[in-house]
Amino acid sequence: MNAARQNRFNTVAAHGALILYTLIALFPVFVIVINSFKTRKAIFREPLALPNADSFSLIGYETVLKQGDFFLYFQNSMIVTVGSLFLILLFGAMAAFALAEYRFKGNLVMGLYLALGIMIPIRIGTVAILEMMVQTGLVNTLWALILVYTAQGLPLAVFILSEFMRQVSDDLKNAGRIDGLSEYRIFFRLVLPLVRPAMATVAVFNMIPIWNDLWFPLILAPAEEVKTLTLGSQVFIGQFVTDWNAVLSALSLAILPVMALYVIFSRQLIRGITSGAVK
Amino acid sequence: MPDTQTKPKFRWHIVVFLAPAVLVYTAVMIYPLFNTLRLSLFTVIDQERVFVGLQNFRTLFGETVWSTQFWNALGNNFWFFVVHMLVQNPIGVALAAILSHPKLRFASFYRSAIFIPTILSFVIVGFAWKLILSPIWGIAPGMLDAVGLKSLYAPWLGKEAYALTALSLVSVWQFVGIPMMLIYAALLSIPDEILEAAEVEGITGFASFWKIKLPLILPSIGIISILTFVANFNAFDLIYAAQGALAGPDFSTDILGTFMYRTFFGFQLQLGDPHMGSTIASAMFAIILVGVCLYLFGIQSRMRRYQF
Repeated sequence: MNAARQNRFNTVAAHGALILYTLIALFPVFVIVINSFKTRKAIFREPLALPNADSFSLIGYETVLKQGDFFLYFQNSMIVTVGSLFLILLFGAMAAFALAEYRFKGNLVMGLYLALGIMIPIRIGTVAILEMMVQTGLVNTLWALILVYTAQGLPLAVFILSEFMRQVSDDLKNAGRIDGLSEYRIFFRLVLPLVRPAMATVAVFNMIPIWNDLWFPLILAPAEEVKTLTLGSQVFIGQFVTDWNAVLSALSLAILPVMALYVIFSRQLIRGITSGAVK
Repeated sequence: MPDTQTKPKFRWHIVVFLAPAVLVYTAVMIYPLFNTLRLSLFTVIDQERVFVGLQNFRTLFGETVWSTQFWNALGNNFWFFVVHMLVQNPIGVALAAILSHPKLRFASFYRSAIFIPTILSFVIVGFAWKLILSPIWGIAPGMLDAVGLKSLYAPWLGKEAYALTALSLVSVWQFVGIPMMLIYAALLSIPDEILEAAEVEGITGFASFWKIKLPLILPSIGIISILTFVANFNAFDLIYAAQGALAGPDFSTDILGTFMYRTFFGFQLQLGDPHMGSTIASAMFAIILVGVCLYLFGIQSRMRRYQF
């Protein structure tokens, strides 16, 4: 067989397979979003048709915005995600710096201790976490969630960040020391700016699981004022199961912020994964 | 650098750098983990916490009411894991192999698009598929009808025989992006010289994948397998979002996560029991630990790694 022809055949087959899988991946999202803009009748009569002048309707969105407190949920999710990411990055970078920079007794043990949490899921300890949050009065506060997600994110953050911090040149730090900078200044002024790309990777890795988590909001913060968007949409959809317009609109609204984050950060995310951060 | 002459000054800054992370991690993760293991040895009698030794484990494995539920959840969880290993990871590897082809156009578009389901929450994924597979809406039967296979349609999520497999496949659909990305990264890190050398020897296309690339990415496949294992054995959200805490129909989609949630939190008329919940959590901990150890000592240490 002609090599060139076989090559072209391979290319077509490759694109065929990828397009097929891309369709499988996007189809459900597409169906949900287009149907959220249709009247109830049109949703059932022609589920795969795009909304047109006849079938266009925003009734579902009206119900959602009237009945559910989605702005509050969104705000809660934002606070929890940003707060946890901030603490993961700050505490994680500090610990990573200590482990990467200084030789002291127990360095290796401390590193292994912090790495334990990479493999063991924090959910196993839920019973005792809830008990502790009840005792400290943190139950039904956003702090409970922020603390749990910080603890959950720290092991991997320390692991990745310390790998990167070992690569920061010693000359630079020693120059800083000769100039009389304190260790804290060396960390905040010299090292942190240099590992910014690694921090972004850690942030992106942690962001999506925190934003999407259902387990801990359900158990630690189910009250109305502290519901996250994920839990809020779960509860809302459960109540409006038969109101298809409302359910589809709620789903679309829940997809929206994640998609926006993804579009902003996808390059960082993919670079993070493919840069071998998780070897 | 030995500084033995004067007693070295205690370096407080190391403590300051380590303290916040170690404190939060210890207080919110490690301590509760061991406290949960400890709580599994207690029960409540007359509103007082009493130490009962391994009694809870005897109940869990010995009393039919509990043990049938536990083995059912464990069996389902294994099937959930098997489906991921047999479907998700091969598809992920295949997609990555196609994507890593150097002259492929639009690769970054495909990559981003295929990763989208992974970023959606379980709530969205669970409900979206529930609606699509629902017999009321008729998208799934309608599409099967279009290709003349309508007779194959069944309300999968509502049938005991199919519900678990259907949900496992939904989960596969959601997470296929992760093995794809990790394998893709591993494939990109294979140096061109090796592939070129193979090409000179006449090994190209499929042969080059099976004989050269696959052996080189085996460590990554190992990592993906253990990540899948840990994620599957503490899964909860998708089942809860799609089928509720009762993991219906008739517990056919019950996995360890939902079983623990029901036990610990209570549902309908049954009251929550934190001690039995801890007992189940301890069993999950043991299962995950065994899996991770098997991987670390049985597989990873024997795997040949190549340094480029």
